[in-house]
Amino acid sequence: MSDAILNQAYDVQRVREDFPILARSVHARKGKPGKPLVYLDSGASAQKPRQVIQAMTRFLEEDYSNIHRGVHFLSQTATDQFEAVRAKVARFLNAPNDRCIVFTRSSTEAINLVASSYGRTFLNEGDEVILSIMEHHANIVPWQLLQAEKKIVIKVVPCDEDGVLDMDAYRNLLSDRTKLVAITHCSNVLGTVTPAKTIAKLAHERGVPVLFDGSQAVVHGTVDVQDIDADFYVFTAHKLYGPTGLGVLYGKYDLLKKMPPYQGGGDMIESVSFEGTTFKAPPSRFEAGTPPITEVIGLGAAIDYVEALGRDAIAAHEHDLLQYATQQLSQIDGLRIVGTAPGKGPIISFALEGVHPHDVGTIVDQYGVAVRVGRHCAEPLAERFDVGPTVRASFGLYNTREEADALVQSLQAVKEFFGA
Amino acid sequence: MMDDLRELYQEVILDHGKNPRNFRHPDDANREAKGENPMCGDRFMVYLTLKDGVVDDVAFQGRGCAISTASASMMTELVRGKTAAEAEKLFHAFHELCTQDEPDIPEGVDDETMEKLMVMSGVRQFPVRVKCATLAWHAMNAALHGEAAASSDQF
Repeated sequence: MSDAILNQAYDVQRVREDFPILARSVHARKGKPGKPLVYLDSGASAQKPRQVIQAMTRFLEEDYSNIHRGVHFLSQTATDQFEAVRAKVARFLNAPNDRCIVFTRSSTEAINLVASSYGRTFLNEGDEVILSIMEHHANIVPWQLLQAEKKIVIKVVPCDEDGVLDMDAYRNLLSDRTKLVAITHCSNVLGTVTPAKTIAKLAHERGVPVLFDGSQAVVHGTVDVQDIDADFYVFTAHKLYGPTGLGVLYGKYDLLKKMPPYQGGGDMIESVSFEGTTFKAPPSRFEAGTPPITEVIGLGAAIDYVEALGRDAIAAHEHDLLQYATQQLSQIDGLRIVGTAPGKGPIISFALEGVHPHDVGTIVDQYGVAVRVGRHCAEPLAERFDVGPTVRASFGLYNTREEADALVQSLQAVKEFFGA
Repeated sequence: MMDDLRELYQEVILDHGKNPRNFRHPDDANREAKGENPMCGDRFMVYLTLKDGVVDDVAFQGRGCAISTASASMMTELVRGKTAAEAEKLFHAFHELCTQDEPDIPEGVDDETMEKLMVMSGVRQFPVRVKCATLAWHAMNAALHGEAAASSDQF
């Protein structure tokens, strides 16, 4: 009921006009028109609306300068705009205040920051870190590096056939040895949204902090870090219709305050002498060197953009696409969808019997359909479902039912081609 | 557009992809090397039986896409009976064919073999698929040189 009302208000054709790249065609040849782009790879990186592109251009043309250093007019202007985005990100996540928001280069760097700074300081030999089977490599490898250095132990929460996290197994893995939990809030392969609030509550009963990888989750729904009671929460700008090269780490201030710097450099120190250097308080402590200033401005515009459309309206639109595409894809003989958890995000990974995903990707691309093929930086998960590589269609706020149809038609062509 | 696809997925490739030849592990193989493409997870083992400097038998196992499987299958048919030096020359010829618009083919590769190799040349129009086509060939070349693995980083 409420979905239908929201969808009526959501004019996807109007939304598409905001994304210049969606008007292009691909594979045009001499004398032959190309195919309209059907972009179903937003899970890898989302396209950018004109509002983001223009905000970055305007900033570079009118207000650009380094920040936090100059006494001159532009430096103050740029600093004010930069810090206004920090406050905006805090509101976006419902963080208690903007001092909890650290800008990084990516989600990956944000996780590495926690593994390196928090992990090296507070984790010791034999301590356990709990991950899940559906983690992106970005939330596996930093902990393995720590494992090699500090001899910590990594425990992995499994999932069931639908891709639902096994919460009984999670409860059983939590113990006195557990010192940190790091789990995705939404799987980039299965689309599974994990019960973050319960995960955090169970960990907190043992005094264990929890990090959530929100790279996919912030794109497809509203995230409230205080409601979840996340200790750390990371996401990246480029999947949220913003620029590349920028990630966000939210951390509870009490934790950030206890953590040593991650990198050394300018802008993170109070005073430097060769006898000793003192560091600024967070978040500055973790932002050594000149940050991606223009990209931060772009993220601010991206947040404005999704909030103007309405995050609930976007989620409802994407949910409709997910249901429609799932239904249509399910009618293809020999197609197996991997990840069928209730309430999942708009990500559909699948295998087509008798045709390797790489061949699927090449052929549907000739029809203008952009999908991801491979193991999606989550090899352990591919092993879990014994599917090897898969094809992944991921939907964003600008996709349409017609594009889901285009995917299905191109897959029919694949089947004809291979006689599958 | 579809012409390019037909060029890439020629009937003979589709056939080799579905029914790969020499898809086995010979008991008397005395060289083997793994070929792996971490991007897509394709993984092959190539087995050689070298006798007096000649490839007496060549076979492969593993899993990959139609292009990599077909290329591996055709490789086994073309390399068998060749001397180690000839097999290496074929590897270079094939690599040229898949990557260069004006391939510099080494001398001494006969026309009939070249014609069979040409079937794969459609992959040039699909740069991301070149690694698929050359995967088993790299593994074969590694095995010839007594190496255990060919990584796609080297391709």
